[in-house]
Amino acid sequence: MIYIDIFISFFKIGLFSIGGGYAALPLIKNQVLEAHKWLTVEEFADLLTISQMTPGPIGLNASTFVGTKVAGLPGAVIASIGCIMPSCIIVLILSYFYFKYKKLSSIQGVLKGLRPAVVSLIASAGLSILTLTVFKTEGISLLNAELSDINFISIIMVAISVFILRKYKADPIIVMVGTGIAGALIYGLF
Amino acid sequence: MEKNIKFYWTLFLSAFSLSAFTIGGGYVIVPLMRKRFVEELKWIDEEEMLNLVAISQSAPGPIAVNASIMVGYRLAGLSGALISTVGTALPPLIIITLIAKFYTAFKENRIISALLLGMRAGVAAVIIDVIIKMAKDIIKSKNTVSIAIMIVTFISAVIFDIDAALIIILSGAFGAFYYNYYKKAGEQL
Repeated sequence: MIYIDIFISFFKIGLFSIGGGYAALPLIKNQVLEAHKWLTVEEFADLLTISQMTPGPIGLNASTFVGTKVAGLPGAVIASIGCIMPSCIIVLILSYFYFKYKKLSSIQGVLKGLRPAVVSLIASAGLSILTLTVFKTEGISLLNAELSDINFISIIMVAISVFILRKYKADPIIVMVGTGIAGALIYGLF
Repeated sequence: MEKNIKFYWTLFLSAFSLSAFTIGGGYVIVPLMRKRFVEELKWIDEEEMLNLVAISQSAPGPIAVNASIMVGYRLAGLSGALISTVGTALPPLIIITLIAKFYTAFKENRIISALLLGMRAGVAAVIIDVIIKMAKDIIKSKNTVSIAIMIVTFISAVIFDIDAALIIILSGAFGAFYYNYYKKAGEQL
């Protein structure tokens, strides 16, 4: 049955995509292009473009995109549940142990070592987004990003936004919507 | 904290709106979550937020989903985890369903791509803001070991492109060794 196939495929994608984001990409490709012929190569490229432009984890974007194509809305829902299920089970088990044993001094040591590393990892993710923003790219995709011209409008928008966020403690979502509208006006009209 | 309908609704709405703005990869949700749950709602403290993110990173699956499950579980057990997971999963489901229908129109619309390009500047700014705050906290703690871990892991991730999961495992192992064994042995001398 198609629903069971979809569920199992996306369960695998969820289970083996450790490290998040684009680590899941080869796995998604393997499942939807090779193991099952659910998408054509062009459709797969479209999926990447859409994922890059829209919010949400790429695994979930792929679930919905493939699920809809293959079996409509129920397909999309089943693929999404399949993709999330392994995370749910594993993270809940980890949560249980974390909250049970977090006061132990040995665990405190581990956590003390982890926290600065997490800050760095977020910083490195931030740096790659900043790179994308600062340089003009032809076609919005990580795969064909060209580091040619510097986009000064973006730099000014980033600088103003950081200032507003730090000085006035503005809501990040309002800031993002604001730069979106500014972008639509500046890039869209001129 | 009282767990009434209003609490669950706030949790759901927070997860939903954070997920809807996680543009450009899973880590983007972390600064947004921190701002919302640590600074605005004050439901979780700074240290715990970083612990939860570290654990989310070490489990398989999308970081945004994992972090959301952990935050939900921390706040209200299983029901909290369920509500924040649904909240996080819905925006991609809705958005991609719509876009898959109108893909050609979407792809060729100049205003939409301009809007998304502009939003990326906002996303970058939000992350910069949060990184400044978090790095400042670590530097202010005057814990040389923490500062060293931060610098070494940053270089490993950015310059040597070492896998995030490996960085997490090694720093955790180093922390366990340093704080539990090396430092204790030193104190006894």
